[in-house]
Amino acid sequence: MGLDSPTFGNEVITTKLDEAVNWARESSLWPMVFGTACCAIEFMSVASSKYDISRFGAEVVRFSPRQSDLMIVAGTITYKQAPILKQIYDQMSEPKWVISMGACASSGGFYDNYTTMQGIDEIIPVDVYVAGCPPRPEALLDALLSIQQELRSKAYDPNRHKNFKGLLDV
Amino acid sequence: MFKHFLEFFPTTKQKNNTFILEIDYKKIDAFMCNLYGFEILLDISAVDYESDGLKIVYIFRHTNLINTLVLSSFLPHKRVNSIESKFKMASWLEREVFDQYGIIFLGHSNLKRVLNHHQFVGHPLLKSYNITDGQICTKSDSLEDEINKEVKKTSFSKDELMFLNLGPSHPASHGTIRTLVALDGEDIVAAVSEIGYLHRGFEKSCENHTYSAIIPYTDRLNYCSSMMNNIAYVKTIEEMLDIKITPRAMKIRVMLMELSRIMDHLVCLAALLVDMGALTNYWYLYNPREAIYDFLSKLTGSRLTVSFMRVGGMSNDLHETWLEDLQEALKQVQEGTETTLSLIKDNKIFSDRTIDIGVVSKDDALNMGLSGVNLRACGVAHDIRKDSPYYGYDELDFDIVVGEHGDVYDRVMARFMEIDESIKIINQVKENLPDGDVNIINHKVVLPPKQNVYNTIEGVMNHFKLTFDGIQVPKGEYYSSIEAVNGELGFYVVSDGSGTPYKLKVKAPSFTNMSAYPKMIIGHQIADAVLTLGSLNIIAGEMDR
Ligand code: SF4
Repeated sequence: MGLDSPTFGNEVITTKLDEAVNWARESSLWPMVFGTACCAIEFMSVASSKYDISRFGAEVVRFSPRQSDLMIVAGTITYKQAPILKQIYDQMSEPKWVISMGACASSGGFYDNYTTMQGIDEIIPVDVYVAGCPPRPEALLDALLSIQQELRSKAYDPNRHKNFKGLLDV
Repeated sequence: MFKHFLEFFPTTKQKNNTFILEIDYKKIDAFMCNLYGFEILLDISAVDYESDGLKIVYIFRHTNLINTLVLSSFLPHKRVNSIESKFKMASWLEREVFDQYGIIFLGHSNLKRVLNHHQFVGHPLLKSYNITDGQICTKSDSLEDEINKEVKKTSFSKDELMFLNLGPSHPASHGTIRTLVALDGEDIVAAVSEIGYLHRGFEKSCENHTYSAIIPYTDRLNYCSSMMNNIAYVKTIEEMLDIKITPRAMKIRVMLMELSRIMDHLVCLAALLVDMGALTNYWYLYNPREAIYDFLSKLTGSRLTVSFMRVGGMSNDLHETWLEDLQEALKQVQEGTETTLSLIKDNKIFSDRTIDIGVVSKDDALNMGLSGVNLRACGVAHDIRKDSPYYGYDELDFDIVVGEHGDVYDRVMARFMEIDESIKIINQVKENLPDGDVNIINHKVVLPPKQNVYNTIEGVMNHFKLTFDGIQVPKGEYYSSIEAVNGELGFYVVSDGSGTPYKLKVKAPSFTNMSAYPKMIIGHQIADAVLTLGSLNIIAGEMDR
C-alpha cells in the first residue's frame, strides 16, 4: 500500500481497491475444518500453541460453512461422506478456497478400495494439495501461506472454477 | 472348569486362552440358549469360503473374564436367527454382517446397512466383490424409517416433535457420526445414530496385503494411539506363529502402550472440555501431547502414524536420548493434568454438566457393548491387563480404575486417573528395562540385517521373499486381544497358510461403545448428548474401519 506517499498527510493512505480488499482477506481467512480422520488430529496440533495458526490470522475456526471462507478437508472422504462434503462446500459463500490436506483427501491415499473417494477433486475444486499421511503441521501452514500469496498477487477471480464439473454435479 | 463343555463339544480346539469350535448350523439356537458360561458377546463376523459357503462367526467371553470362544458355523441358506433380544449390542454387529456379507438375521428389528451407504448394491466382503469397485452415493439416507419406529415407542406423536440432525459435519461429532434426534423442546425423546462415514474398507484391504504391509493400516484404526493397534495386531500374529518376543521388546511394548493410553486420553479430555466451553483446558492438555510427539518422532520417525511394530519385535531399538525425552513428556503430562484438574474438580459448572448425565447401569453395561474405561466407569472391574495378563502386566504394580455411577463425570475422572496409573507403570518399566535385542532371530519372520542383504545372495533372497510373499502364517483361525484405550481391541484372523490373511476382523471397541450411545441420551438435552458422545471417546477410524 502507498504508505510512503505523503501527498495527503498522515490520515489518508492511497492504494488500489483490489489490494486493500486482498490484504484484508489474506489476513483473516476463517477455516471451516472438514475433519474426518487422522489428519484432523494433526490439524489440532496446527491450531494449538506450538504451531499456532493464529500467527497467520486463520485461527477463527468455524464449523459453520456460512461463516467461513477456507475449507480444509482433513481426512479420508468416503463415498458415503461425499454428498455431505459437497453440501457444505456449496453452503460456503464466495469468495472461498479449498485446501486438501493429506494423501486421502488428495488421492484416496492408500485406501484404493470400494469405499474411498479417490481424491476430493472428483467432487469439489481444490486450490492447494498438501502431501503427507498425515502432513506435518508446517506443511499445512505452508499451504495456508501459498493461498495468502496468491491472494496478494492477483485479484480474486470468482469464475476460476466455473468449468469444474464433479461427480455429484448434475 | 471346562470339562463339561469339552465333553459336550469334543471337537473344540484350544490355543492359549482361546477355544475354537465349529458346530452345525442346526445347533446354533440351542447353543445360544445355554451358552455354557460364555455369556459375554464380543463380536460377530463371517467368512466367505466361496464355493464352500458362508460361515458365521461369534466371539464370546466366558464369565470368568479370561477365556474366549470363537464359535463358527456354515450357513447353507445364508440365514440365521438374530440374537438381538439376548444381547443388545448384537443389533449393530448383525447389521454389519448383513451389510458386508448379505447374511439374513431372522427376527432382527432393523436389518439395514450400517457401514456402507444406503445406495450401495452388493456385499463388499464377499470374495467375488472386486476391491476397487466403488459406488457413488448421491444423497444421504433420511433415516426417517428408523426414527419413526423409535418415536412410535414413545408417548409422543410425530407432529409434536422437532427433528434435528446432529452431525455428521459437526465439531462435536468428529465429522463422522450422525445422530438424528426427535426433540420435545430441548429434551431428546428418541434418537438414532448413523455411522459408516469413515468406513475405509480396512478388512478388505487386509485381505489384499501381506501380514507386514497391514501394519500401516492398523495405525489408522484408532489414530489417537496408533502404537496400541500396531501391538494388538502383531501380538495376534505372533501368537498364531507361536513366537515369543524378547524380554526387552516386551517391556518396550508395555511402555509404549501406556504412553499411547496417556496420549489418547489427553485428546479425549481436551476435546470434551472444549465441547463444554472450557477452552483453556485444551492448551493444558494438548500441549503435553506435543512433547510425546517429539519423543515418538525421534523413536519412529513420525508423529502420529508410527507403524513402528513388526511381527517378532519392532523397527528399531530405543533412541539414545529416549529416557530424557520420555521423562520430559511425562512431566508435562503431569503438569497439564494437574492444572486442568485444579480448574474443573471443584467447579460447579463442570459438576452440573457431567454428573448423572448419560448414565449406564452396571447391569446393562456389558450387554450394551461398553468396553474398557467406559465399562469400568459403570462399576464393572474388567481389564484384560489384570484378568488375563500379557507381557508381564501381572508383575507390575498398578490399579484399575473403577467408577460407580457410569455417568459422564465418572468416565472423565476415570480417564484422568488412568493417566496416573499409566505413568506409574511406565516409571516401573523404564527403571528395569532388560538388555538385549528387540527383535527375535528368525528370518522367516523378521527381515535379515541390512549388512547381509547388501553383501550376500542369501540375504537378498531372504529379504525379497519375505517382502513379496509375506510371513507364512500356519493355517487356522485365532482370536487375541489387548486392553486398548477404548476397551478390548481384538483381531480375529483366518489364515490359509499363505502370506496374506484370508480374513481379518477387528473387534473394535468404538463400534460397540457407539451402538450403546442412542439409548444413553434419551431424556437428556442436546448439550448433554454432546458431552455424552465426547465422554465415550468414539474414534471413527476404529469404529467404521
Ligand atoms: S492421509 Fe493418512 S493421516 Fe490423513 S486421513 Fe488419510 S490415512 Fe489418515
